[in-house]
Amino acid sequence: MFKLEKIKFKNILNIEEILLEENRVTAILGSSGGGKTTFLKLLNNMITADQGTITYQGKDIESYDPVSLRREIVMLPQDPQIFKGTIKDNFTKTEAITDNENSRNLNYNELLQKVSLTQDLNDAADNLSGGEKQRLALARVMLLEPKVLLLDEPSSSLDKKTEEKIIKRVVDYVRKNNRTLIMVTHSSKIAEKFADKIINIENGKIIK
Amino acid sequence: MSGTIDIQIMQLVFAYIFVLVLLFIVKQKEIGHKGEILLASVRMTIQLIAVGFILEYVFSNQSPIYSILILLIMETFAIYNIFGRVEGRISKKLKLIIAGSMFLGTSISILFFVIAVVGLDPWFRADYFIPLSGMLIGNSMTGISLGVNYLINGIRDNKNLVENYLMLGAEPETAVKEISNRAFYNAVLPTINSMMGMGIVFLPGMMTGQIIAGASPIIAIKYQIAIMMGILGSVTLTVFFMVNKGAKTFFNSRKQLNL
Repeated sequence: MFKLEKIKFKNILNIEEILLEENRVTAILGSSGGGKTTFLKLLNNMITADQGTITYQGKDIESYDPVSLRREIVMLPQDPQIFKGTIKDNFTKTEAITDNENSRNLNYNELLQKVSLTQDLNDAADNLSGGEKQRLALARVMLLEPKVLLLDEPSSSLDKKTEEKIIKRVVDYVRKNNRTLIMVTHSSKIAEKFADKIINIENGKIIK
Repeated sequence: MSGTIDIQIMQLVFAYIFVLVLLFIVKQKEIGHKGEILLASVRMTIQLIAVGFILEYVFSNQSPIYSILILLIMETFAIYNIFGRVEGRISKKLKLIIAGSMFLGTSISILFFVIAVVGLDPWFRADYFIPLSGMLIGNSMTGISLGVNYLINGIRDNKNLVENYLMLGAEPETAVKEISNRAFYNAVLPTINSMMGMGIVFLPGMMTGQIIAGASPIIAIKYQIAIMMGILGSVTLTVFFMVNKGAKTFFNSRKQLNL
């Protein structure tokens, strides 16, 4: 699905070659500041590599319209920003800003259940805790039903028990719906338990 | 009650007593900036004397070339003034957009104002064209300065939010829509506020000038209302052009945030 060859980005990332397969769960491990977020940002063209090529579905990523690409490959940043208003507003705004029509049949309450949020849709999103905001942001990504989910430390603000529960639900969703998940995580336990492939990135290089 | 009371040179010299009062206070309180105060007073005097002679010449030798030349000089000074007021570095592209927006917005407003509202005949009549253009350009300059600073700081301070929009698949225009709208509102707000207080909190400069020059207060308020509408229009157009085009300069051709 993704093929990266001779990638260089500033002095942050230097990758010889790597293949990321479709409909698989890939976990990315590594020390902080090692280039994991940069790696994810390259995949949805939030940044462009200084050297090398990245292909997605056999085509150079630079040949895609960047916005259409990002609607197919949606990224959840490590510090997601919640929109002002209610939880429901966060869903409707996400649909509006991405002209998304596919999500019309989705039930917002089911989405909340998937990420273990028990709040009412009309509750203010601002009152949520850090971990709850992170889960709402994850639900926002799932609402868009992207082909590829790029999740940057999606469970960093969660306790161990909730972390495993949430990741399990995301992975189940991905496998059931034939999606691709590429996830940065700090937990090697999570990576080993759920991922088909684990990539270790240290000091901008992939460690075999 | 007729005509304007001329101020004699010696009387004018008395006015500088106010500068001396300021200098005295600054010295006594050790506030500093004496040089700056002196420079500002000298600069103002020289600039106004020079403008006085130039306008005297231009008014008695009416020509579209003079009017347009002075308009261009005012535009150029205003544009450089905006560049100086921007906090931090701005891209060359944004500078061009600021200059283009100022020029386009004020030109449209000035032409509409002098031809359709005031009905100047000929349209370049310098004693009307130059002061009216100056008021529109000056206020648009303040508006754009406020707008561009809000836009730059808004995008820098909300970098994560803007990037989050992009990551979800939003177009760059959508990602900065709220910031652009706030920038626009902040830029036109001083004009709206000044309209609110006008006539009650203060008598506006143009109206005061006309009354002192011997015009009837009724004519003076008609001009004041018209010029306020002209200023509002000019600020609106210039800021609208700047915000719409300017926000795009923060993104590259791959629609990536470029700070």
